[in-house]
Amino acid sequence: MLGKLTWDALPHDPVVLGGAISLVLGAISILALITYLKRWRWLWREWLTSVDPKRIGVMYIVVAVVMLLRGGMDAAMIRAQQALSVGSSHGFLTSDHFQQIFSAHGTIMIFFVAMGLMFGIINLILPLQIGARDVAFPFMNSVSFWLFTVGMVLVNLSLVVGEFAAAGWLAYPPLSELAYSPGVGIDYWIWSIQIAGIGSLLSGVNFLVTILKLRCPGMTLMRMPVFVWSVLVTMVMIIFAFPILTATLAMLSLDRTLGMHFFTSGFGGNPMMYVNLIWAWGHPEVYILVLPAFGIFSEVVATYSQKKLFGYTSMVVALISIAFLSFIVWLHHFFTMGAGADVNAFFGIMTMVIAIPTGVKVFNWLFTMFRGRVHFKTPMLWFMGFVTTFTIGGSTGVLMAVPAIDFQLHNSLFLVAHFHNIIIGGVVFGYFAGLTYWFPKIFGFKLNERLGRYAFWCWIIGFLLAFVPLYILGMMGATRRLDHYDPSMGWQGLFIVAGVGVAVILLGVGFQLLQLAVSIYQRKQNMDVSGDPWNGRTLEWSIPSPAPFYNFAVTPTVSSRDPFWAAKKHKTSLPQGEYQDIHMPKNTPMGLIIAGFTFAFGFAVVWHIWWLAGLGLAGAITSLIIRLSDEDTEYVITAAEIKQLDQQARAKGKLA
Amino acid sequence: MNKTNQRALFVITGLIIAVSLFLFLHSGDLKLLNPKGLIADKQRSLITFTVLLSLVVVIPVFILTFTIAWKYRAANVSARYTPDWDHNSKLEAVWWGIPCAIILILGVVTWTSSHELDPYKSLQSSVTPIHIQVVALPWKWLFIYPDQQIATVNYVRFPAGTPVDFQITADAPMNSFWIPELGGQIYAMPGMSTQLHLMATANGVYGGSSANLSGRGFAGMRFNAEATSRADFDRWVAEVRRSPQRLDDSAYAALALPSENNTAAAYASAKQNLYDTVINKYMVPARAGNGQATVMP
Repeated sequence: MLGKLTWDALPHDPVVLGGAISLVLGAISILALITYLKRWRWLWREWLTSVDPKRIGVMYIVVAVVMLLRGGMDAAMIRAQQALSVGSSHGFLTSDHFQQIFSAHGTIMIFFVAMGLMFGIINLILPLQIGARDVAFPFMNSVSFWLFTVGMVLVNLSLVVGEFAAAGWLAYPPLSELAYSPGVGIDYWIWSIQIAGIGSLLSGVNFLVTILKLRCPGMTLMRMPVFVWSVLVTMVMIIFAFPILTATLAMLSLDRTLGMHFFTSGFGGNPMMYVNLIWAWGHPEVYILVLPAFGIFSEVVATYSQKKLFGYTSMVVALISIAFLSFIVWLHHFFTMGAGADVNAFFGIMTMVIAIPTGVKVFNWLFTMFRGRVHFKTPMLWFMGFVTTFTIGGSTGVLMAVPAIDFQLHNSLFLVAHFHNIIIGGVVFGYFAGLTYWFPKIFGFKLNERLGRYAFWCWIIGFLLAFVPLYILGMMGATRRLDHYDPSMGWQGLFIVAGVGVAVILLGVGFQLLQLAVSIYQRKQNMDVSGDPWNGRTLEWSIPSPAPFYNFAVTPTVSSRDPFWAAKKHKTSLPQGEYQDIHMPKNTPMGLIIAGFTFAFGFAVVWHIWWLAGLGLAGAITSLIIRLSDEDTEYVITAAEIKQLDQQARAKGKLA
Repeated sequence: MNKTNQRALFVITGLIIAVSLFLFLHSGDLKLLNPKGLIADKQRSLITFTVLLSLVVVIPVFILTFTIAWKYRAANVSARYTPDWDHNSKLEAVWWGIPCAIILILGVVTWTSSHELDPYKSLQSSVTPIHIQVVALPWKWLFIYPDQQIATVNYVRFPAGTPVDFQITADAPMNSFWIPELGGQIYAMPGMSTQLHLMATANGVYGGSSANLSGRGFAGMRFNAEATSRADFDRWVAEVRRSPQRLDDSAYAALALPSENNTAAAYASAKQNLYDTVINKYMVPARAGNGQATVMP
């Protein structure tokens, strides 16, 4: 009846139990708070059933921030264990639990923090930047978000019921095969990212079509803001890369559940094939995360320098060439698997070639600031942090792209320092810059500058303290993922410094949460009444803040890049047409319902509860068919209503 | 950037540079920069060369970043302001060109060094190489000396100045065989045989480990590689041959079971073709009984 699920699945180890209890208590207290505030109806109507990309974007970001806290706690536990577990001391974690924690840390940070922030910001801003009212497929957007959430819930549920994968964030077989990992941990890993990954693929299609079909009149491809370009390129990459992930995970799950032999060590299986496939997705994935961040910086630097982006065409060419190259470098993740010198050299050189367009982008950003008027608001501080850390991360990347050098640095803490250098310095700083920059457009008030600066300084100092020691440890021969080592190695001091670094980063996160709280509390003083708090350049700043649910009362027409800047310069407003009836999608709970069934399916497959798996799958497909058969999915706002709403919104801005 | 920010920036940058320098100078042995092997030494030179080459870009970027940020800060109203200047072909050609030139140089170096330092390539030497077969087991390393007919666990010895030809496989999940002071690593995979050619240039004991996660006890997969004089090596082989333990089928089966933090051990003899047997175990699906890896508890 319940497959492999028994009472033994509940945690026994005191540390795990503590984590599980705090997770459950956290969830209960949130539910209790909503009930106490009588906010259920509001939550359901305004948020959970919403198909407005701005609402969905905010929900993505909320999930990502909560997961950032979870992943951050994992990071703290990893470094605490490594600072303590030397010689006769074995720290506070068993090796199995330690391995689950770093596997969860990587999985959560990539799939549920970085991807969540990325899709969150794209949802918030992309339709606004192209003068659209919505995404191409609003309901599919809701399904994408809820599938992402299902993945997140499965990962976190594994803390309470069962266990998580202990085979690293990419679960290399044969370690991840049944022979070596008989528990449910790997299955939780597979199904959480399989389900979230399908959500990502759907989003990829959705935003690609949105950009290609829903741009406002006059916005040719070469007039799109560079952020939109970066998203366009990223979505193409998602469409090529994510099916590889889906297929690879499907094969691994067939191995594990049906006893097949795609990747087992015996019976003709080939684990090396998995390593190739997972990186054929995994390397593009890194660029999928970082290209939108490049796009954000292109907007941020131009706006705060009060100057046109330098080398627009170069920027676009660079984005496209990075995207192309990112698909032919995957082997650099395993030069040490024993491919011949020709193969290794080819992939090494291709990897270095990526440094060229990336370098060009850095110079273009710097020359956007050159002869500008640079206002160092928080987003610009993140940019400065990005340029300095990313340049170092890029050059250590080039270093490791030389196969003969990589043999020495691979799987060492040098590698760990390198990719955190890229992901924190590039991706995370980029998304923080974007969130601060666009916050007023979504919520109608600005974030507190002072606390934002404190957060930035904590992040950058914490980052250096946490990762410079790892570069040095790598040079000392320290490998990653060690839960214990001998004092004779002389590593402990550096691990302690790295641990302090993590604490400083977490302090930075604390400042960010405080910044949010204080900004909400003092929102009256920080209202963005003009709708254009930074003297912006692109369409999203031409509408009131917070952006109304219909985005643009009248679809704008553009005739150049940076249309809003041009309009302000010529002291005109953007060309305005007549008010017209607007078709808006109705809210629907179907995304949530489909996700509910998918969750049942995912949980059931993990525990081999086959009847429930069948029920979940059938339920999800049936709900989808019901929804797709529904013809009454839109409603109309008449021209008169929209005129009234628009005048109210604009009047509020002027009066306040 | 206002005054407080500025001051904070200088203090913090200085502090971080000081801390990094301190850590760098006072940390233990930077093995990769103090190589004791032929290959590791060449890899060290390659690291130095590549770092210096990338500084050609990194240093100008840092200087440009901070000078531009300082000069064109909004408060400095005397600085030139050209809000519509967004393109200059000559400048853009410079920063497409310089990285291209650097990558061209590095590409050539990559091509030649990948071939020169290919781990599969035998080392040129007048001394006859010594063969050692390595099996990654859960969670220890087995070393088989096919010519000397002996075997050891978590300890390997070879003469300094002699090329060592490692053949590497696993009877376990994937591991990575790494002795940082002697040279780079290579994966140890079940059903596969990889190669690594190393040579110690000085006598000494060099730590080795598995660089790839392979399960619960992988952090304890440490071994010592000792390079000695030829005479010492021969004496040691003779000594191991007098060891009471022999690595026959049943001894191997017991050894291949999962165990953690194993101490060094030595076997006076190893079963003929044991290494090939271990690989073939995964190669012959018809003999299903042997084909599946042991299920770990």
